[in-house]
Amino acid sequence: MTALLVVVATVLVAVALALRARRGRDMDLEQWSVGGRGFGSVFVFLLMAGEIYTTFTFLGGSGWAYGKGGPAFYILCYGSIAFVMSYWLLPTLWRYAKRKGLLSQADFFTAKFDSPGLGVLVSLVGVVALVPYLVLQLKGLGIIVSETSGGRIPYAAAIIAGTVVLAAYVTISGVRGSAWTAALKDVLILVVVVFLGIYLPLHYFGGFGPMFHAIDAAKPGFLTLPAKGMSPSWFVSTVLLSAFGFYMWPHSFGAVYTARDERVFRRNAIVLPLYQLILVFVFFAGFAAVLVVPGLTGSDGDLSLLRITAKTFDPWFVGVVGGAGVLTALVPGSLILMTAATMLAKNIYRVARPATTDRQTAVLAKILVPVVALVALYFTFNGGDTIVSLLLMGYSLVTQLFPAMILSLCRRRLVNTAGAAAGIVVGVAVVAAFTISGATLTGLAPWLPQPLKDLNTGVVALVANLVVLGLVTMITRRHRAVRGAPSESVAA
Amino acid sequence: MRPRHLLGVLPVLGMLGGAWLADRTEPYVLGLPFILFWMLAWVVLTSVVLAVIYKLDPANRSGE
Repeated sequence: MTALLVVVATVLVAVALALRARRGRDMDLEQWSVGGRGFGSVFVFLLMAGEIYTTFTFLGGSGWAYGKGGPAFYILCYGSIAFVMSYWLLPTLWRYAKRKGLLSQADFFTAKFDSPGLGVLVSLVGVVALVPYLVLQLKGLGIIVSETSGGRIPYAAAIIAGTVVLAAYVTISGVRGSAWTAALKDVLILVVVVFLGIYLPLHYFGGFGPMFHAIDAAKPGFLTLPAKGMSPSWFVSTVLLSAFGFYMWPHSFGAVYTARDERVFRRNAIVLPLYQLILVFVFFAGFAAVLVVPGLTGSDGDLSLLRITAKTFDPWFVGVVGGAGVLTALVPGSLILMTAATMLAKNIYRVARPATTDRQTAVLAKILVPVVALVALYFTFNGGDTIVSLLLMGYSLVTQLFPAMILSLCRRRLVNTAGAAAGIVVGVAVVAAFTISGATLTGLAPWLPQPLKDLNTGVVALVANLVVLGLVTMITRRHRAVRGAPSESVAA
Repeated sequence: MRPRHLLGVLPVLGMLGGAWLADRTEPYVLGLPFILFWMLAWVVLTSVVLAVIYKLDPANRSGE
């Protein structure tokens, strides 16, 4: 119970900070996500390094290192590839957005294709993709509350309590969160993860080398990619899918517009990969758990970090780790919840009914917060996925916006509105079909060569998207002239 | 395609190629299985490559 009390105290501090800091600097999802902050001091370094950690990296990353081994390394790679792309992509997006005075991701598609309808479609895809992202935060909250109570609070009750806290937090801190709560979360999680990542291997195995040798001896092949399933071709397709989707999230796309000048993106691209190195500590903690707390299978792997912590330390420290974990779910979770509710009100409802006033839009967004939370709660109880699989589902969805976005930046008009819309709809439909039916390529086409069978199904959706986009663009172009201004060039 | 654009392809090839080329535990480097060391090394090299591209890119030269 001591552990749970420390967790509850941490949440209270966070809420108090949010209330107190309301007069100070507010923060929205754009500022919270990549590139919103400048560089220059040790404190800022700690914040940026801590920002890498969300429920996904903290519980999900350790859970995958524990449950899957080598395939977890994909988490280390996709960010770096996204940053390479960002060097050329973001300045181009920024210049266009600045000239047209754009505010959101939907605005970009509306302006580029001269079609508010496409803006609505893009917003819908964004909101749908944010749901699994929110579900994984709720799952994280539930796991932490249930584990730190020593199992006295059942997982289901813990998730419901977590959802109520999240919705209340969003309502209390207004439509905006507090930069100070985020700062507390960033520093706390960084200290906790670096400590666990170093202490656990040393304590149980006497070093990193001995730990990995012991794992390799106990489970040969666990530390590398398997020949089947999560094979190298799965790894490559998953890294690419996630890298393409990286800037397609409504919040990261929007963050691009807040920069002061375009050089910021090129400079950030150099520094940001280094922050990914911090992820290795959470892998160390997850790997240490493999031999120390064996036997957690499937989505229970997400429990591994807290189980090994509970086995190793006094209850008060378990509470500190849990408290840090709750903040990594609460801060991003609240921002995701707000973004989804605001997008539904502003980019979808308001476009359909242009007479809606600002006040009505704000009220609607507030009403939608608990509604979105309930939807996420429903899915949290109806899926047995690991935290990482949930994020991959979200990535498969947002990545469907990538082809239309990239092609719209080309000098030649390669895609029109009908093509973009058809491609996105088909891509999302394919992702949905795979997700709902649970089908795999191995089941659908057993005759394919192994590397093709192992491809991430999000990539299959992306290919279908691209093919439909091309075909529909060609067919509709014959029927009518393309509307809109000549497209932008990719200057680099 | 200018040379600096080709440089940008390097980290992508390094990481993705590593899924096949470096998919083994031996030799351990700094106590890490080889595949983990390889991916970490490429994270650092991504940063280095982008710094070189930044230096070569005339877009960053005019007025500091």
